[in-house]
Amino acid sequence: MTAAATAHSAVAGASQDAESPSRLGWRRFRRNRFAMAASALVLLFVVLAVFAPWIAPQDPNDADLLRRLQPPVWMPGGEWAYPLGCDALGRDLLSRIIYGARISIFIGAAVIVIATGIGIVAGLAAGYFRGWVDAAISRLVDILLAFPYLLFAIGLMATMGPGLQNIVLALAYKEWVIPCRLVRGETLALREIEYVEAARAVGASSGYIMAREILPNILSPVIVVSTIRMAHVIILEASLSFLGIGVQPPTASWGSLVADGRSFIWDAWWISTFSGLAILLLVLAINVASQGLRDAFDPRLHE
Amino acid sequence: MSFGKLLERLLQLIPVMLGVSAIVFAMILVTPGDPVDIMLGEQNATPEQREALRRDMGLDLSAPERFVHFLGNAATGNFGLSFYHRRPVSEVILERLPATVELTLAALVIGLVLAIPLGVIAAVRSNGWLDRLATVGSLLGVSMPGFWFGLLLMLLFGVWLQWLPISGRSDLAGQVPQVTGFLTVDALLAVNFKAFFSALQHLFLPALTLGLPMAAVLMRVTRASMLEVLRQDYVTFAHAKGLGGRRVLYLHALKNALIPTVTMAALEVGSLLGGSMIVETIFGWPGLGRVVVEAIFTRNYPLIQAAILLYALTYVLVNFAADLLYTTLNPRVRL
Amino acid sequence: MKGAAPEMHTAVSSTPLQATAPPMHAPNPDALLCVRGLTTRFPTPRGWLVAVDDVSLDVLPGECLGVVGESGSGKSVTFASVMGLVRPPGQVVAGEVWFEGRDLRTLDAQAMRRVRGKRMALTMQDALTALNPSLTVGQQLTEVVLAHDERLATLPRAQRRRQALDRAVEMMSLVGIPAAATRLDDHPHQFSGGMRQRIMIAIALACRPQLLIADEPTTALDVTIQAQVLELIGQLRRTLGMSVVLITHDLGVVTEQCDRVIVMYAGQVVESGPVAQIIGAPAHPYTQGLLRATPRVEHLGAPVRPIPGTVPSLIDLPAQCRFLDRCSLAAEACLAPVPMAHHPTAHRVRCVRAPVQPETVT
Repeated sequence: MTAAATAHSAVAGASQDAESPSRLGWRRFRRNRFAMAASALVLLFVVLAVFAPWIAPQDPNDADLLRRLQPPVWMPGGEWAYPLGCDALGRDLLSRIIYGARISIFIGAAVIVIATGIGIVAGLAAGYFRGWVDAAISRLVDILLAFPYLLFAIGLMATMGPGLQNIVLALAYKEWVIPCRLVRGETLALREIEYVEAARAVGASSGYIMAREILPNILSPVIVVSTIRMAHVIILEASLSFLGIGVQPPTASWGSLVADGRSFIWDAWWISTFSGLAILLLVLAINVASQGLRDAFDPRLHE
Repeated sequence: MSFGKLLERLLQLIPVMLGVSAIVFAMILVTPGDPVDIMLGEQNATPEQREALRRDMGLDLSAPERFVHFLGNAATGNFGLSFYHRRPVSEVILERLPATVELTLAALVIGLVLAIPLGVIAAVRSNGWLDRLATVGSLLGVSMPGFWFGLLLMLLFGVWLQWLPISGRSDLAGQVPQVTGFLTVDALLAVNFKAFFSALQHLFLPALTLGLPMAAVLMRVTRASMLEVLRQDYVTFAHAKGLGGRRVLYLHALKNALIPTVTMAALEVGSLLGGSMIVETIFGWPGLGRVVVEAIFTRNYPLIQAAILLYALTYVLVNFAADLLYTTLNPRVRL
Repeated sequence: MKGAAPEMHTAVSSTPLQATAPPMHAPNPDALLCVRGLTTRFPTPRGWLVAVDDVSLDVLPGECLGVVGESGSGKSVTFASVMGLVRPPGQVVAGEVWFEGRDLRTLDAQAMRRVRGKRMALTMQDALTALNPSLTVGQQLTEVVLAHDERLATLPRAQRRRQALDRAVEMMSLVGIPAAATRLDDHPHQFSGGMRQRIMIAIALACRPQLLIADEPTTALDVTIQAQVLELIGQLRRTLGMSVVLITHDLGVVTEQCDRVIVMYAGQVVESGPVAQIIGAPAHPYTQGLLRATPRVEHLGAPVRPIPGTVPSLIDLPAQCRFLDRCSLAAEACLAPVPMAHHPTAHRVRCVRAPVQPETVT
C-alpha cells in the first residue's frame, strides 16, 4: 500500500454519511466557494437577461449619431449615462450588452434543452433496444462526430440561411450526439442491472422501464455534462454571429457586437473588448460552476 | 501492427466517410436557390440553354443517382465550378490550402510545446504557484472566445505596441519561389532570411490565437494524466530501484502520461480546423478558411460543400492516425 | 526456534517479560537495519494523520523478520519511510534509521538513491502495477543494473549494455523464468501473475542487496503460486545471505518463513519477538485476537472469532492504549500512553496488562 493510500483510507473510514447521495452532493457543492461565486455570477447574467428592459440604462437600438464612438465614462468625452461608451451608431454599449445577454443565453439554453431532449431519447433507445436501432443511431453519431463542430454549423447555416431560429437548429443538430453518447453508455450499464427486475415485473412495458427505472439514474451525469456543454455552445454561437452567419441585425448577440466593433478596433477599442468580456465572464462562470458540480457529484472522487 | 490489420481498420473508415459524404450531399440538395440561375447570373439565357446546363450539371437526375455522381466526382477531385471565382473549385482550394495547413501546423506546435511542459511541471509541483497559475490560465483559455482573443492580441501587439504585423502572410512573399507552399519553409530553402523572418512575424499572432486555447485544454489533460501516473505503483517502484529522478520522470512517467494528451490533441484538430476560419478572417490570412467564410456570403455553395467535405475527411483521417499512434504507445492495446 | 509448532511450551524464553521497562534507545551495532523512534505523518483536512508513531525495530543480518498487521497499521509506511520513499506532503518527522552503520536520514537525495535498489531493495504487492506497462522487462532489469554498478560505468557503452543484459538474463534464470534470454523484449502483461512476481524479485535482487523488503509478496497470488514465491525468497535469502523483511497480514506465512516477527497496530509496534514465542504464546491481546481469528486446520469446524470493533482513526489519537476499545483486558491503567519493553531480540510487548508468563493460545 503506498503511503498516500494509507492516509486516504484512514480518513475515508472516519466519516460515514447517512445522507442521500444528492443531498451530500449539494452540501459539497455549497462548500466550494469558487463554484458558489460562479453560480452567483451566472444567476446575475440570467437576471440581467430577464430584466433587461428595466436594467438597461438606454434603449439598445436608439441611434444617436452625435454620440458616435463615444468613449467609456472614465475616458475624456465619456458620460455616466453611457458608462461603457457607444458604438458606431451612437447606441449605448452597456445596454446593447445587457440585451445581448438575452440572445446569447436564450440560444445557449435552447440548444442545450433541445439537444439534451433528443439525446436522451436517442440514447435510451440505442442503449435499451440495442440491435439495429443501436447500430443505426451509433452510426449516425459517429458520422456527425466526424465533422468539426464549427464547420458543420457553418455548413448548415449556409444551407438554411442565417437567423436566430436556424442557428438554434444548426447547433442542436450536432449537439445532441453528446448527451446521446453519454445516455447510451449509462443505459447499457444500467440495463444489465435493471433488466433482471424488468424480467420479474413481467408485463412492464419497455417505455415504462426506460422512463421510470433508467432515466432517473442517468439524469445526474447528463445534467452535469449539459452545463459544461452550454458554455461551449455559447462560444460557438458567438463565433457564428461574429462571422456574420448567426443572428442578423437588428437582433444582436454578443458575437455580433464584437464584430461590429472590429472595424473600429484602433480608435474605439471598447466596443469589441467589453462585448467579448461579457462572453468571457459568463462562460468562465459556467465552466467553474459546472466543474464544481462535477466535483461535488462525481462518485469516484469521494468513496 | 500487421499490414492486414491496418488495412482492415482503414476499411472500417469507409462507412463513416460515406456517411460524411452523404450528409454533405444532403446539404447540397437542401440549399435554396436554383444552381442554374446562380451560375447564369444576369445573363439572358434561352430555356434550351438552361436545359442544356441543367443536364450538364446532372441536375435532372434523381437524388441517389446524383449522389453517386457526386461521389465519383469527389473521388477525382472535381467539385464543379466556383460561382464566384469562375474557376474549378478544386483549383481554388489547392491554391489556398497550404496557407491553412501552415497555420494549423504552427498552432498545433505552439499548443503542444506550451501544454506538455506546463502540464508536467504543474503535476510535479502540484499545488505550487505555477500549478495554480496554469490552472487559472487554462480555465481562461477554454472560456475565452477565440475571435475576441485574436482581436485583443491584434490590439496589443499590432496597434498599441506595434511589435508585430496584423494582417497578411508576409511582406516579402514575392521574393520567395514556391516549393512547398509554406512560406516559412520556402524562405528557408531559398536561404532568404529576411523573407523567413517576415513570414514568421506574420505567422506568429494567428498561430498563437489558434493554438493557445488548444494549449489550455491539452495542459489540463497532461496535468491530470501526469498526476495519475505519478501515483502509480510503478513510479514508486522505479524510485525504489534507486533510479535518478529525471529518468523516472521522463522514461517511466511521461511516456505513459502522454497517451491521453496525444489522443486529445487529435480530437482538438477538429476545433483547429474550425477555428482557422475565424483566425484567418481576423488576421486576413489568405487561407482556405477565409475563402469559405467569403463563400458563405456569396452563396458559393460548391466551394463551401467541397471545403466541408475536405475538412471532415481530414479530421477522420487525423483521428485514425491518432488511434494508430495510441496502439503503438500503449503496449497493452495491441490489435 | 523457527518453524516450531505453536503448542511447544519449551519455546518460551527464559527471561521474563518486561512490560514496563523503558523504550529502546541506543542503536544496535549488530543489526543490519536499526530503526529508532520513527514517526511519519500525513496532512489531512481534519488534521495530521500519524501513520507511523515512534516505531523502533531491528533487522539482524541473515534473518527473516515478519511484520504483521492489518491494513492501516502502518507496516508499509514504516518501510517506505526507511527507504526514503515518503513524498510530500507526507513527512518523516522523527527517528533514526541506521543501515550498515549509517543514519540514512542524514543522507542527501543522491546518496540515498545509491542505497536504494543497491543495498536495500523493495518488492511490492502487485507486480502488475509495480512494473511499467510500457517498458520491456529487459529494460526494467537492465536499468537498475546500469544505475548502480559503478564498475560498468568505466566500460564503453556497448560492453556496458552487454554486461547488463547478461546480468538480466542471469537474474531471470535465478528466479526461475524459463527461456529467459528470449523474453527480455516482452512486456509485463505478457507474463502470468506468478512470473511477474518473480521478475519483480529479480529486479529487486539484481544488485545483490543486503536487505530485501517484501511488501505483501503473496497477497495478490493464488495459493499454489504463493508457496512457490515464498520458497524462492527463502532460497535466495540463503544463497545470497541477505536479510528479508516480510510484510504481511498472513500469520501462516510468518510462522513458516520468519525468524522473528513484529506486530503492528494503529501505527505502533505492539509486540515483537521470536516467531515461536509470539505465535505460541502471544502476550498482547491484539496478537492473541489475531491468532484466535485465524482459521486453523487442526480446528476444522470451530467458529472463527474475529476481533470486535474497528481500527481507530489515526488522526488526533488520545494518549492511551490504542487497542483499548477492543480489548477484553482493558483497565484503568490503560488510559495512559503505553511504553514498549526493552530487549531488541527478546519478546517485547506494549501492554500493561500482559501477564509476566504468557499462556499458550489455543
